[in-house]
Amino acid sequence: MSNLLTLPVLLPMLGAALSIVGSRSATLQRVVGIVVLAAVAALAGALLVATDQQGPIVAELGGWPAPVGIALVADRLSALLLLVSTLVTLAVLVYAIDQRIADYGSATASTTFHPMYLMLCAGVSLAYLTGDLFTLFVAFELMLTASYVLITRRTGANRIRAGMTYVTVSLLSSLLFLTAVAMVYAATGTVNLADLAGRVGELPPGLQTVLAMMLLVVFGIKAAIVPLHFWLPDSYPNAPGPVAALFAGLLTKVSFYALLRTQTLIFPREEPWTLMLVLAVATMLVGVLGALAQNDLNRLLSFLLVSHIGFLLYGLAVFDAAGVSGAALYAAHHITVLATLFLVSGLITRRTGTVALDRMGGLLRTSPGLAILFAIPALTLAGVPPTAGFVAKLALLQAGAGSGPAEQAVAGVVVVASLLTLYALVRVWVRVFWGEPQPPVPDSDPTDEVLVGTARTSVPMYAATAGLIAVSLAIAAFAGPLAGMTERAGVDLLDRGPYRAAVLGDGP
Amino acid sequence: MTTVNLVMAGTVGVLYGTGFTLLLSRSLMRVLIGVVVLGHGTNLLLQLAGGPPGRAPILGAVSPEEFTDPLPQALALTAIVITFALTTFLLALGYRSYVLVGHDEVQDDVEDRRIARQKTPSAPLEDDGEDDGEDEADPLAPAERTDDQVEAEARREGL
Repeated sequence: MSNLLTLPVLLPMLGAALSIVGSRSATLQRVVGIVVLAAVAALAGALLVATDQQGPIVAELGGWPAPVGIALVADRLSALLLLVSTLVTLAVLVYAIDQRIADYGSATASTTFHPMYLMLCAGVSLAYLTGDLFTLFVAFELMLTASYVLITRRTGANRIRAGMTYVTVSLLSSLLFLTAVAMVYAATGTVNLADLAGRVGELPPGLQTVLAMMLLVVFGIKAAIVPLHFWLPDSYPNAPGPVAALFAGLLTKVSFYALLRTQTLIFPREEPWTLMLVLAVATMLVGVLGALAQNDLNRLLSFLLVSHIGFLLYGLAVFDAAGVSGAALYAAHHITVLATLFLVSGLITRRTGTVALDRMGGLLRTSPGLAILFAIPALTLAGVPPTAGFVAKLALLQAGAGSGPAEQAVAGVVVVASLLTLYALVRVWVRVFWGEPQPPVPDSDPTDEVLVGTARTSVPMYAATAGLIAVSLAIAAFAGPLAGMTERAGVDLLDRGPYRAAVLGDGP
Repeated sequence: MTTVNLVMAGTVGVLYGTGFTLLLSRSLMRVLIGVVVLGHGTNLLLQLAGGPPGRAPILGAVSPEEFTDPLPQALALTAIVITFALTTFLLALGYRSYVLVGHDEVQDDVEDRRIARQKTPSAPLEDDGEDDGEDEADPLAPAERTDDQVEAEARREGL
């Protein structure tokens, strides 16, 4: 089993190489992409079952034992997020392929898209599976470099502008990450996460705080926590629909996973983390209030994405098993729902030719299918009862809402932010789907992939979106067993024993 | 015990300071040079994390106490390659921007500016405080202005 652990990283890399070699054949690239991602999804499913039954699985690369060599580790949390992420990337790839076929015909190959897409998946898998801090840095670089290319590919002036901000900010956070790695190594002499868990505890408390804060800032930039979120609503909306969906679904959540992993494993806490609570509340409110001011559908969704990072942070801030498991469940649902919303936004944009909400209207009459596709993820994101969002929010609130007045006030803010999310999405609904149908805005730049007001869509694009909705409905339907699993994952995260024992071999 | 090498610590400090200062400028070329300088600082820091230099880490050649720590060198090597690749990418991006826009300035977010100025009932809540509050009265209602006008304005403000 432990040998299988390398495949979620190696398969996409091999697939990317094949895509480059066979870049003349569009069919080959497409088949390779889908087969590879389906295989990784199957592997992730197998890993999830295996880790849930027998605890963390470790692969020691090159045969060197853990603190010396590089270890790949899968536990319940990483296997679950890997599975959900891969399902999302698979669905988005189907959508992207079909969008290209609809726009340019099935014969034209794209030399860069498929290799970069698969490299991004390799980076995401590596980030979930890696067991040491430096490999985490490499994984982030792999993922981000691919994302730089995807966001600035086939650009016009506007996307270059947005891409520059994105690339510069990400580069800065990467260099800070590297600085943090250097400091951690200088202080402890190791970069292995399990080994760090023991050694950082022996450092003076002030130094521990500095290291924890550095990692918080690094992952805070990448995960768009509020004072550091400014780049996200600028860059994501300028990417083509499928790319934005992929970014919204994966990148911030991978960073949140890294934050969750490092903070719980290396810097354990006894009680709720006040700074993180403040950041969580600020992120929730600023994000959702920002969303209310937007007229651009994609920007609105980006601000909602920022807002819901706050919910994830809330679970981490509570810092008990229930809170962390709630955050894990929330992350799993959030990956699917944000990607779905961006895909639906892509479909709406193709139908109307614009992203401006005040130039849309009456879509309920002209394309009722789209209305259903939008309504389900919107309600899920807002957390309306039977959906996965409700289950996940309930898990968070049960963890966080204690007896003290401060705890209740924060829980109140969480509820208010959820209601405001619902309000923002209802406003979108009213503007886009009700009212008089408006003629599609003509496409101003046919070579740009962002706006194609041609209404050229095909069944697989809808099917991919519907498939993602099915995943989020499945999360709601299997909420019981899934919550049980994330609870065990949360207990493991805070206990740290099983992880360290699995990696270091000789018990904690 | 190891002690801090003041010259190296000072060098790292200067590299970081210069790098951050350059990163804060609007010209992408300066940003690029900032990234390069900052990258060098980080790699040097990573090197220094391994402690003072020793002899080559070859088994049997020297006693283990005199080894130099090979791990930071491996890490720094990886980091150098990554920084180099991204510098090249940023350079290409700057050139592309120069070709498309005619300059390589990092520009403001147009939509953001537009929303910051908007004072219509459709946006009852204030903007999120991301902008520095430029809400002077606008002669044109937001809906009537075309995107080109907004963009031209944003550029004028930016320069």
